[in-house]
Amino acid sequence: MSVFVHKHSRVIIQGFTGQHATFHAEESMKNGTTVVGGVTPGKGGQQHLGLPVFDTVHQAVEETGADVSGIFVPPPFAADAIMESLEAGIGVIVVIADGIPVQDMVRVKRYAAGKNAIIIGPNTPGIITPDACKVGIMPSHIYTPGRIGVVSRSGTLNYEAVQQMSELGMGQTTSVGIGGDPVNGTDFVTVLRAFEEDPETEAVIMIGEIGGPQEVDAARWAKENMSKPVVGFVAGVSAPPGRRMGHAGAIISGEADTANAKMDLMEELGVHVVRNPALIGETAKRVFS
Amino acid sequence: MNIHEYQTKELLRGYGVAVPDGRVAHNIDNAATIAEELGGERWVVKAQIHAGGRGKGGGVKVASSIDEVKQFTDEMIGTHLVTPQTGAEGRLVQRVLIEQACNINKEFYLGMVIDRATQRITVIASASGGMNIEEVAKTDPDRVIREAVDPAIGLAGFQCRKIAARMGFTGKQIGEAAKIMQALYRCFRDNDALLAEINPLADIDDGKLMALDAKMNFDGNAMYRRKDITELRDFDEEDSKEVEASGHGLNYIALDGNVGCIVNGAGLAMATMDAISFHNGKPANFLDVGGGASPEKVGNAFRIVLQDPNVKAILVNIFAGINRCDWIAEGLVQAMRELHIQVPIVVRLAGTNVEKGAPILEASGFPFIMANNLDDAATKVVAALEGAA
Repeated sequence: MSVFVHKHSRVIIQGFTGQHATFHAEESMKNGTTVVGGVTPGKGGQQHLGLPVFDTVHQAVEETGADVSGIFVPPPFAADAIMESLEAGIGVIVVIADGIPVQDMVRVKRYAAGKNAIIIGPNTPGIITPDACKVGIMPSHIYTPGRIGVVSRSGTLNYEAVQQMSELGMGQTTSVGIGGDPVNGTDFVTVLRAFEEDPETEAVIMIGEIGGPQEVDAARWAKENMSKPVVGFVAGVSAPPGRRMGHAGAIISGEADTANAKMDLMEELGVHVVRNPALIGETAKRVFS
Repeated sequence: MNIHEYQTKELLRGYGVAVPDGRVAHNIDNAATIAEELGGERWVVKAQIHAGGRGKGGGVKVASSIDEVKQFTDEMIGTHLVTPQTGAEGRLVQRVLIEQACNINKEFYLGMVIDRATQRITVIASASGGMNIEEVAKTDPDRVIREAVDPAIGLAGFQCRKIAARMGFTGKQIGEAAKIMQALYRCFRDNDALLAEINPLADIDDGKLMALDAKMNFDGNAMYRRKDITELRDFDEEDSKEVEASGHGLNYIALDGNVGCIVNGAGLAMATMDAISFHNGKPANFLDVGGGASPEKVGNAFRIVLQDPNVKAILVNIFAGINRCDWIAEGLVQAMRELHIQVPIVVRLAGTNVEKGAPILEASGFPFIMANNLDDAATKVVAALEGAA
């Protein structure tokens, strides 16, 4: 098994005929992904990469039975594309776009309430269940099938951790990039819960960043609900304190917003914290064996 | 993106928030004329810089005569104002805001922010305004009122009245405070703000509520649809290297160490800085070259990093996904040729096309110090620094 995407997932690409979308759709197919078509408004009826193009997500779902969508449209149009997918009943929506206005995402999250869909991103490299389904832009050759779940905010730091794991012979069930934006679709807790419920996943690596309460909330949830070990890292120990203008950010974030403060709290809550990002793989190997 | 206090007040005035009468002065004569036209007996002279904590740095003064208005204006304009938020070098004051002074009965705090926890616009308010609000949040968090806004409904009237009552308002002031909250919310939503703050919201003279100071910060990603706000940007308030970098699609933040960093992705960039610090080095900057980095972009990254005279060694750490290692390598070689770089350069490449990238660097003949992984890279750059010293 795996979480969210697997070898039976039927994937469409929104913004299908664009240059990046085309390149990454091809890469996904090479990695074993079942891409069944795509959507580019105004180009419905055409063929692209040997697959049908539709004008709307609704048509694409009706014709292909798609249940996963990768969104490659530019940031100004991304929120609308996400809502279109939600309305059409897509279950897993992966949003690659980097630079979506935050208030657009606030509205999207309101629209998504009660719709039982998983939104991954925005500003994410995507999600990959190695050799079965990849929706995103990550270099697939560094991922190998295995028993560890990976979840991160950063894209390239996800690659870094995966490479360190691979060099030590550890593979992944699924790797999820939840994205680096302040308002995002899926949080750490949702992904941890999925890994806990997945019988194939034996342990989890969670990689966070400065800013926001997500990592500590996730560690608290894990302490109460998880049987599987979690290795954690938070990037930004050496980052300067945020240059800020008002008080509101500091008031809302409270005390535990620096990387070190977060890692201290996570450690107290039972997460195996790595302080040196170069040792994520080694620490995982030691903890998990 | 930040704007000045006088611009924020102008914006809020347009939404119906009461702000003091006032105008911006660029010199002494200007300031005197404005004060005379405003009338009254006391005026506030406020240095207009983007950093907060101005009062503590002597950037806010009350004048009791036109001569004092001139004197304070003269003291502020042209000097570098140092506040707890500017750093030691301070910020050059180019203009002051002259306002009519008023008698303050009580100060409140009213802010709005996009809260990561609720993922919504959230009102933050307190009966204790002024300079001590962060202290209150730490020592007595129950006195900070938080109310998340449902984006489908907007800030509802009953929420405003609830907040106002908890802030301690009674009678007519409940309605007045509620109106200000609604106005602030509309201004926040309509202009794609990330933060808005009225501090203090003051109960003045005859019981009227007025925004004596206000700050706003806007979402850079949404400015393509907010031309009016974009025009308020003041480049003098921003680090020139950071502005230049963003013009090249690079995200750069200057720090005070001596190891220059060129990395792709914000998370990996921070982790690279962390790894350097872990080996007792000090990063000179944060620099994210982003996705799809061309050789030109890499060259620009070098140019910007090397403008900092403290840089004694550079670590290039690229984990290519959407990027390509061969392009990065070409950019590196080109930069070496054009910029005559003297400091040692440690390079770690991984990911897409890594097998094509390394040979390009080797064939160039330049003395790149190659690293196999992140730990190796951090170790080598700190060692190179010691060798160079």
